[in-house]
Amino acid sequence: MTATAPAPRPAAAASPPPPARPRRPRRGGAGGAALTVLTWAIALVFVSPALWMVLTAFKTEGAAQTDPPTFFFQPTLEQITGVLSADFLPYLGNSLMATLASTALVLVLGTPAAYALSIRPVKRTKDVLFFFISTKMLPVVAVVVPLYVAAAEVSMIDNIWTLVVLYTAMNLPIAVWMMRSFFLEVPSGVIEAARLEGASLPRVLWSVMLPIMAPGVAATALICMIFSWNEFFFAVNLTASQAATLPVYLVGFITSEGLYWAQLAAAATVASLPIVIVGWIAQRQLVRGLSMGAVK
Amino acid sequence: MSAVAAAPARRPSPAEQARRARRAERARGWARRAPLMPALIFTILVTQLPFLFTIFYSLQSWNLLRPGSRRFTGLANYAAVLSDSQFLGAALNTVVITASCVLVSMAVGICLAMLLDRAFLGRGIVRTMLITPFLIIPVATALLWKTNMFDPVFGLVGFVLTPFGLGDVNWVSQYPVVSVVTALVWQWSPFMMLLVLAGLQSQGRDVIEAGQVDGANTWQMFTEITLPHLRRYIELGVLLGSIYVVNTFDTIYMMTQGGPGTASSNLPFYIYQRTFLGFDIGQSAAMGVIVVAGTIVVAMLALRLIFRTFMSDQEAQS
Repeated sequence: MTATAPAPRPAAAASPPPPARPRRPRRGGAGGAALTVLTWAIALVFVSPALWMVLTAFKTEGAAQTDPPTFFFQPTLEQITGVLSADFLPYLGNSLMATLASTALVLVLGTPAAYALSIRPVKRTKDVLFFFISTKMLPVVAVVVPLYVAAAEVSMIDNIWTLVVLYTAMNLPIAVWMMRSFFLEVPSGVIEAARLEGASLPRVLWSVMLPIMAPGVAATALICMIFSWNEFFFAVNLTASQAATLPVYLVGFITSEGLYWAQLAAAATVASLPIVIVGWIAQRQLVRGLSMGAVK
Repeated sequence: MSAVAAAPARRPSPAEQARRARRAERARGWARRAPLMPALIFTILVTQLPFLFTIFYSLQSWNLLRPGSRRFTGLANYAAVLSDSQFLGAALNTVVITASCVLVSMAVGICLAMLLDRAFLGRGIVRTMLITPFLIIPVATALLWKTNMFDPVFGLVGFVLTPFGLGDVNWVSQYPVVSVVTALVWQWSPFMMLLVLAGLQSQGRDVIEAGQVDGANTWQMFTEITLPHLRRYIELGVLLGSIYVVNTFDTIYMMTQGGPGTASSNLPFYIYQRTFLGFDIGQSAAMGVIVVAGTIVVAMLALRLIFRTFMSDQEAQS
């Protein structure tokens, strides 16, 4: 691409390519060590609010609100067990349901679609891709009114399946684009060979494609889970007591926030932990999912 | 084949043949399209159909609190919305919040990515730590910043800033937009960092070495070689970030409720208030349509960029 243009070509040509070595060698000496210490310090400062949240989750209410803040204290599990024994579990169940069911639905709908847009591309593939991604740019506020009216009409307000359907629609474009970017990397010879040997299309999909595509599909699933788990707008507007998810549960702390910081921190930590772990696992693929497959 | 040629009498007429060929062609086309159809139809039903209804509702006077008042009013809702100073204020806030959040997180993201783009002890751990703010439930992030960070008495921010004489500032009520943007920047910087890092790591080693051979210093290397290379990653980050951040709702809902007054209300939050607290379906729908019109400009730019980035990668592979 044009990005390589600034390279002075004669110089590049004059020096033969160096033998294989780590792409970014460790800078030795005091300078490198100082930079490492600086990087660590900046990273710790940057995540300090999250660390503080986890720390506060292990405090007593008395230690959570002090001036100056308390840094050293006797840790207690009181808050965490308090959260887990209260009404946390129904919300957790709803979150799990909305996340897992919508992700499954996304994969069921998205995998064949991505196949049709990459491996055996249909006519006007570009238009279809364009359409999918453009729905992602439709602000949710532009569709929430009719969705609310429609859901109320068929008594689907406060029903977890309403969220499942909406989260599926929310994640499907990302999933189609992301999986397509993975499928394009599958060598086309593999499929042709299987077809020539007389394997049927479903069989090609199942026993040839899936093993190759599995990492891409898994990464896509993890990305969809993150978005569904954290979604708030639909959850708060289309659910009440029965189908509310964890972000809605956290809203409950907004009234008592002045009083129960430790409990709040414990609830926020416990509610976020599953998805943070999923994100850590998916971190290599995170950038690909967020850029809809454009950046690897 | 030869059997057909040998029996010309039983050969179908050319028109019949053409028709059959067309039919077979069409069947093959549909067979190809079949795997695509469920996803396409689902997406149209759940996203496009409601939007058509939004347009339809936006032409009606309809308030759920006044049953039986529903009637067609033409463009009256649009006129009302566009002369509503609160709507215009929310529109301005949306631009301010989105632009400042995206630009500051991009700057922070570039710095973090530069720090991460070298081998050092614990790099994986640092990277994992740095992406965490993006993963935490945004509602939790907003609560965390509102209470534990920004509280004027017990908050960590006040504690840290006390030596600078800023210990007693009530951030959330005195500077609501700054507070919201701070929480958003914390959340979105990891996103920018990941994109920029991907860009830095795709930079060819030969280019860097060539620069070093030419005697470029670190700053020249950064401005002359690295930044131009990063350009498309930065553009992509800014546009994708804008598309996501423009829809910010949870942070404002949790931190300020759009207040004090409507000082920190953005369009998603204002439309939410009008729909779910005011039950004014007609005007909310008109606002939704206007937001879409505004988004289309940014979205077109983003789409073109994504396509360019995407297609050039494909070409590079083939």
